[in-house]
Amino acid sequence: MTVFVIRRLIQAAIVVLLMSMIVFFGVNVVGDPVDMLVSPEADQAEIARVIRDFGLDRPIYEQYWYFMKGAASGDLGNSFIFGQPALKLILHHMPATLELAFTALLMAIILGIPLGLYAGLYPDRASSKAIMAGSIFGFSLPTFWVGLMLIMIFAVWLGWLPATGRGDTATFLGIEASLFTRDGLSHLILPALNLALLKISLVIRLTRAGAREAIQQDYIKFARAKGLSTGRVVGVHLMKNIMIPVVTVLGLEFGSLIAFSVVTETIFAWPGMGKLLIEAILQLDRPIVVAYLMIIVLLFVVINLVVDILYSLLDPRVRLGEQGA
Amino acid sequence: MTIEHTDTAAPVAPVPKVQAPWRRFASEFFESWIARVALFTLLAIIALALAAPWITPQNPYDLAQVDIMDGRLSPGAEAFAGYTMWLGSDGAGRDLYSAILYGLRISLAVGVASGIIALVIGSLIGLFAAYAGGRIETIIMRLVDLQLSFPAALTALILVAILGKGIDKIIIALVLVQWAYYARTVRGSAIVERRKEYIEAATCLGLSHGRIVMRHIMPNCLAPLIVVGTVQTAHAIALEATLSFLGVGLPQTEPSLGVLIANGYEYMLSGRYWISVFPGLALLLTIVSINLVGDRLRDVLNPRLSK
Amino acid sequence: MTFRRTAASAVALLAVMATAPAWAEKLSIGIASEATAVDPHFHNLTPNNMISAHVYDALIGQDEKQRLIPGLATAWKPIDDTTWEFTLREGVTFHDGSAFTADDVVCTWERAPNVPNSPSSFGTYTKGKTVEKIDDFTIHVKTEKPYPLVPNDISTIYIVSDEGGCEGTTEQFNDLSVARGTGPFMITAYEPGSVISLKRNDDYWGDKPQWSEVDLKPIKSAPSRVAALLSGDVDMIDGVPTTDIETLKNRDDLTLSQGSSNRVIYLHMDQFREDSPHITAKDGGKIKNPLMDQRVRLAISKAINRDAIVERVMEGVAIPAGQLLPDGFFGVSDNLEIEKYDPKTARALLAEAGYGDGFSMTIHGPNDRYINDAKILEAIGQMLSRIGIQTAVETMPRSVFFKRASRGGEGDLPEFSLVLVGWGAGSGEASSPLKSLIHTYDKDRGFGASNRGRHSDAAIDKMIEDALATVDDAMRQDLLAKATEMAMENLAIIPLHYQVNTWAAKKGITYPARTDEHTRAANVVKE
Repeated sequence: MTVFVIRRLIQAAIVVLLMSMIVFFGVNVVGDPVDMLVSPEADQAEIARVIRDFGLDRPIYEQYWYFMKGAASGDLGNSFIFGQPALKLILHHMPATLELAFTALLMAIILGIPLGLYAGLYPDRASSKAIMAGSIFGFSLPTFWVGLMLIMIFAVWLGWLPATGRGDTATFLGIEASLFTRDGLSHLILPALNLALLKISLVIRLTRAGAREAIQQDYIKFARAKGLSTGRVVGVHLMKNIMIPVVTVLGLEFGSLIAFSVVTETIFAWPGMGKLLIEAILQLDRPIVVAYLMIIVLLFVVINLVVDILYSLLDPRVRLGEQGA
Repeated sequence: MTIEHTDTAAPVAPVPKVQAPWRRFASEFFESWIARVALFTLLAIIALALAAPWITPQNPYDLAQVDIMDGRLSPGAEAFAGYTMWLGSDGAGRDLYSAILYGLRISLAVGVASGIIALVIGSLIGLFAAYAGGRIETIIMRLVDLQLSFPAALTALILVAILGKGIDKIIIALVLVQWAYYARTVRGSAIVERRKEYIEAATCLGLSHGRIVMRHIMPNCLAPLIVVGTVQTAHAIALEATLSFLGVGLPQTEPSLGVLIANGYEYMLSGRYWISVFPGLALLLTIVSINLVGDRLRDVLNPRLSK
Repeated sequence: MTFRRTAASAVALLAVMATAPAWAEKLSIGIASEATAVDPHFHNLTPNNMISAHVYDALIGQDEKQRLIPGLATAWKPIDDTTWEFTLREGVTFHDGSAFTADDVVCTWERAPNVPNSPSSFGTYTKGKTVEKIDDFTIHVKTEKPYPLVPNDISTIYIVSDEGGCEGTTEQFNDLSVARGTGPFMITAYEPGSVISLKRNDDYWGDKPQWSEVDLKPIKSAPSRVAALLSGDVDMIDGVPTTDIETLKNRDDLTLSQGSSNRVIYLHMDQFREDSPHITAKDGGKIKNPLMDQRVRLAISKAINRDAIVERVMEGVAIPAGQLLPDGFFGVSDNLEIEKYDPKTARALLAEAGYGDGFSMTIHGPNDRYINDAKILEAIGQMLSRIGIQTAVETMPRSVFFKRASRGGEGDLPEFSLVLVGWGAGSGEASSPLKSLIHTYDKDRGFGASNRGRHSDAAIDKMIEDALATVDDAMRQDLLAKATEMAMENLAIIPLHYQVNTWAAKKGITYPARTDEHTRAANVVKE
């Protein structure tokens, strides 16, 4: 187990290094941040000063060297635009994104599992077919389009929920989140639902497939034959079997929730790190793009690790191996 | 893979045991009326997109044919040039019916082109891994795992940020995002075939490696590849639309469906719903029908789930 | 509906407001652009300066038409060719209660151009000027040469306190530990990406704002901003997209205010290369750059239907342009007319210049910088196609565009043949565009920094330089107007239109439109 974790971490370090190199050189090819930064009224001397101050006149490998030197001591460089450490900016925006992603994940589980179970247990009912058709739509509807529609319907036409932004936050158990206030919750519902939609469909389909497969297996038939109540069969035996793929996939999909939050955050003006990233890309704030990516890679390594460990706990047949398959 | 099953190794991708004869496959596919409708819709969409230059009143990319004075006309209005704009026009005066069909061409082209290139590259890599085995296989599959653990949308976003805008760049980004799915699928199927006796027999007979791969292993990977391919194509089309919507995808002047929707987004609140709703519906219809077809294919080609 | 409110009525309203009791009310505004810091000297950028104006004061203020008005200085005058005397306002205190004196001005002048990591410093305005304290409430500003724009430049520098502020780092301003100015509001919270919270300064020296608390919320996406207003999330928004103006105007629970900005949208044309990279003969062969011929430039100007662009692309919310700044600004010429749409003459001019068969050209512009920029460029592409210039349009994000437009070509020269760009005159007078867009490119002296067409005319240069050394206002006005007329005669650039900015608010709240595009809560009026 320890060896396994260490191997994983070493791999992660290599990945982070490679990624940083690709992205650093990559973003330095596109455009020129100086034109995005200086006031149009600035004269040539001022432009030259900014280029010099930001080290943009140095050759790219030298810039990378300085970047790596800083990174070794935990300094991922200063944002060109905000003049603050990129790492600090990203960490500052991270809680909002995590809150959004977790809420979406929760929604996916709460809505997805019962619906999927129903569709799996009663595959021939019309309502099941409707659920499955709905899940196809959930897969197919592009996130950005759904976001617009949600704003149009719930914020503009019905006026039930606020259209944009994050609401008031409160601290509970040491976590500051907008989950704990009324205002915060009302702001959270639409973007979280928008983000969750794809995952709800995914969970429905996974659960249904799992249920359909499990139902034909002997131990379920046996449990039924023993005269256990349907509720118990489904709640205990079936669920346990279904949870494995659901947990794995959701764990892995948590990353994609964070990725797709870029879209949702842009539409709902949610002050998370996805919005920070897209603005950094559009404005060529290179240090932010590079730092974001490095943080995300790290995050992913952690998620994958956690999923693997969870998986081994849920399914006693699985052991954490030390070699690749 | 770092997760090891102690019992019988479950193949990563579903594999049909026997290649179903074409006819049985078709009749099974068409059993579902949803699949029939979806396939018909998809074929109709493709036909319309291909025929666009001959069935539209305007070439929306030819600036000499687009007139700003026709901008934002509502559906059914008459254009300055005399024809009727059944779906209205966008802000630049493009006839939406024409723009949607031309946009479909671009969206489909991007989706299919990136799908095919990724399929070829991914399959070759997957086959190579399965065939080579050992260290090479481990390294390649590590890479695939790595790529797959990273969300496609984010990878594509970063790639496009690095590569810049344009059709070619979007396709490159989408290929780089998708190849791993194909590689995993092919390798999964190939590895099962590789162990079978007839391959050993073929090797003993002295058949060339190329021949074994192309004639024996490849056909057995076909079924899962088709399923993955349809799903991935739908995915690629949606991803392109998303990237274009975020402003990092395709350029404004030759709009794909995603760009049309993004442009129409500005007009949503002003009551000019048609500028983004119609291209949105076209996109939706395309993706849904591809997904439905893919779904049915999965059911038909995967004996484990077909009742 | 208060629409195109005149300055006079706005002033009258402000007067009424001054006598009305201050309300204990909260205002929340959705703003289109986000400041990069709340340090008033970190980044010389409109969104930042707009926030600074809430919390800090400059010696000289700018009213909604960018005319100079007394700020922390009550009077100013040149006492010789190179010295200006400023009389400071007495009895003003910073938010922490410390008194404002000449020392604050002197140390602010030191700090403003020297903020570390500044992406665009205020050195542009402080350069070549030294500040000298005469007594606690008198300062002298000395320049190296006679320079008339001292008051304009002074009006851009926000004064911070010599007790904390001047030594403060950007970090300290952002965490609000030294963020104390003399302005109408105190800043109480700064959440980047989400909100800037302000509280009324009850000891403000000027007219006190009506709002006891203000939240400025950045919402960059235009439809989201409109949706936030419609759903009651915010009370007011700026940067109302042209597409929604019509709908919002028809709602009786909203009030709109509009005003022309100081920003002109124009075309720059390659006038310095015999072989322009994006122009070919129709068959693809090489031709001599037609844009060097003044008749071709005139033909292009005549081929453009400015009214159609304003009406169809801008939905009526723009003003066709015939020069560099709209009426009412200093240095504007009274003799210039808007070029009439005349495709026939345009074709004739092309033929006369030897391009009767037209030529082929790709035109470029940004797609995320100015209001409807990509659509305007596309419309221009259509119009040029109609006079026989086979035109292709290429738009790109500003992050890519501006570098290529300024120095993307060989030898760091501008890459494109014809570009669509805009220019906002921050100083509020015609010397700003003349100096940067029209004057010959001269790196060493800081002229023509944004002259992407490299138009060059010694007579115009001379006139601009003279104007920039003429302290007498009447004489300078004449020089600037004359230089503008010559530049338009030469078709150094082709002006298209002036942007019009729109604010929308709940009924009962009005805002006098500002030409500098600022949204200032202190000027928001409740009826």
